[in-house]
Amino acid sequence: MLERFRKPWPDRRAELTLGAVSLLIGVGVLAMIVFVAVRAWPIFQHNGLGWLGPGGSLEVQIGNMTAAGANAPAAVFHLRAWPFIYGTLLTSTIAVVLGLIIAVLASVFIVELAPERLRRVVIPVVRLLASVPSVIYGLIGILVIVPFVGNHIITSGQKESVENVVQLTGAGVGVASLILTLMITPIMIALICEALTSVPPSWKEGAVALGLNPLRAVRAVTLRAIRPAIVAAAVLASARAVGEAIMIQMVSGGKSFAPKPIDGLVFLFEPLRTLASAIVDYHEGIGAPPLRAAVYSFALLLLFSAFILSIAGYLVKLPLRKYQTRG
Amino acid sequence: MSTLTPSAPPAGVPAAAPPGRGRRSSPGSWRWSDRAVLAAAWAAGIGLCVIAAAIVLYMGFRGIQYLRPGLIFSRPQVSASQAGSGGFLDPLIGTALLTVIGIAFAVPLAVASAVWIAEYGRPTWLARVVESSIEIVAGTPDIVIALFGLSIFQLGVFAPLSFTSEGGGVYGQSFVIAGIMMSLLALPPVFAATRDGMQSLPGHLREAAFALGKTRITTIRRVLLPSVRSNIATGVTLGMSRIIGDTAIVLLLAGGTPRVETQGSLPVVNVLRGTGSALTTYVYGNSPAGEGQAPEKAYAAAFVLLIFVLLLNLIVGRIGRTSADSGAVAVAAAGV
Repeated sequence: MLERFRKPWPDRRAELTLGAVSLLIGVGVLAMIVFVAVRAWPIFQHNGLGWLGPGGSLEVQIGNMTAAGANAPAAVFHLRAWPFIYGTLLTSTIAVVLGLIIAVLASVFIVELAPERLRRVVIPVVRLLASVPSVIYGLIGILVIVPFVGNHIITSGQKESVENVVQLTGAGVGVASLILTLMITPIMIALICEALTSVPPSWKEGAVALGLNPLRAVRAVTLRAIRPAIVAAAVLASARAVGEAIMIQMVSGGKSFAPKPIDGLVFLFEPLRTLASAIVDYHEGIGAPPLRAAVYSFALLLLFSAFILSIAGYLVKLPLRKYQTRG
Repeated sequence: MSTLTPSAPPAGVPAAAPPGRGRRSSPGSWRWSDRAVLAAAWAAGIGLCVIAAAIVLYMGFRGIQYLRPGLIFSRPQVSASQAGSGGFLDPLIGTALLTVIGIAFAVPLAVASAVWIAEYGRPTWLARVVESSIEIVAGTPDIVIALFGLSIFQLGVFAPLSFTSEGGGVYGQSFVIAGIMMSLLALPPVFAATRDGMQSLPGHLREAAFALGKTRITTIRRVLLPSVRSNIATGVTLGMSRIIGDTAIVLLLAGGTPRVETQGSLPVVNVLRGTGSALTTYVYGNSPAGEGQAPEKAYAAAFVLLIFVLLLNLIVGRIGRTSADSGAVAVAAAGV
């Protein structure tokens, strides 16, 4: 058996075998979409696209689902997932916008400004930040940052102002978005740095020779040249932000509540759930068919957005090929 | 590519620059908006370092405070109080087991497809399908991968892989199932590192082998794969750190029992089919977010977890340094 394996393979068979193995990955992805979609189907059958919209209390709807048991009546499948979708969009948008600003500045610092010695420190640091497990971010969030925010930053006046609607403990939009920013910034930095280093230095030198100061030259020439890479970084990072489950579940307060910007600053402290954190919260109840369909429908939406974002990432990276750079 | 022209801010200047800067612009003479951007860039770079240092130091402080050898070598107990709930030997074993299974499934798959893409890649549309599939896998949230695993392995066909109930119900949960799904996390970094390594190999390596009358596949096995070994190692290390750090898949697919529970009587298979937890779910379960209110245990386990991640990071850096160009790959693949 092994002897046969050690002998040189005919080329044709090798190509077919390797191709078949590669194809397996494609089949796996297809299976993933099909399985998740099939499980989510009952929810879409009952709610149509109204599922995406607002309406009613999610706590009540999901409570009904948990209570319904095996032979659930059709009415139980009623679900309006907008608060979760809104929560996902809210945290990801804040994190991506904040993270993008930090990432562009930090990348310029790493590639153009930092002295060699400092750079040798910053690059591994960025890599470390990218690889810290989300549960550790969540742990620090829930044990250190949330109590700090709850006890020192939120005033008792603010707590009283929304007392009748929701309890403020510190866990909520602000803390979740902040930690999410920290988690996705390193990804953006890695991609932007790579693009920055691939811009021919002569372009910027030309601008400096024309009298721009070096920082201006970076802004006017280098950053402009890598605009597609910056967009691609934002797209990839938002894919990560949308799917973050564990950390958000730990620091977001776990209430099916849609934070209201109308509340002013208090808004930042209001709890929420995202699609991914809702899956973590409800996964234990998926023995009940309606809740199972609901959980899988959240997963399907996440999968769909991952799909869209990866296509978007591919499209925005296309112009980069012009400069012969890898994005 | 690196340091700026000699007029860059202090210390950004290579040693060759003359001490006197003459009339060239220095930050002092810039417009205030430029100076603000310069300050912000420095602040962003230094700030990230400070945050990373704060995380590591804080976790280190808590780890030294709470981690006792007894915790590592004793098994978890079901107990209401923090003092009686034992250590995390079983989650440690669980993490090791999941890492081994995940890597064992991911590496052949990823290396085979990377070789196929880089060396054959025909028909082109199929190659593109495979590459975008891997990109989709890379972008899919771990929680969705976990749910997918649950739905597929609850099928009766896969009962031999899964923890089953007395009545024959298939839970779709076990170490081997969690490990297989974990391999999807490790797949993209291993694939990207291997493919980039293959594509950056100079063409004369292949030509020399062909000139000696070697077939394509022999060239790949004897010449090309050995020369991208360090790239594969980088990819595997990155994949390992993703597997070790993942919580969602373990939470949904490993069963969530504090101890390693076995299923059946075959010696190795019973553990693979059994349930348990990993360090990540142990941390999660003992934090206020889980049921157990044992923050001290959570800190101790998180400290061990962080040490693993730091070690893997060091290894990636080391491999990157020994082979010049895979360092860039390491940084790029970290983003995948």
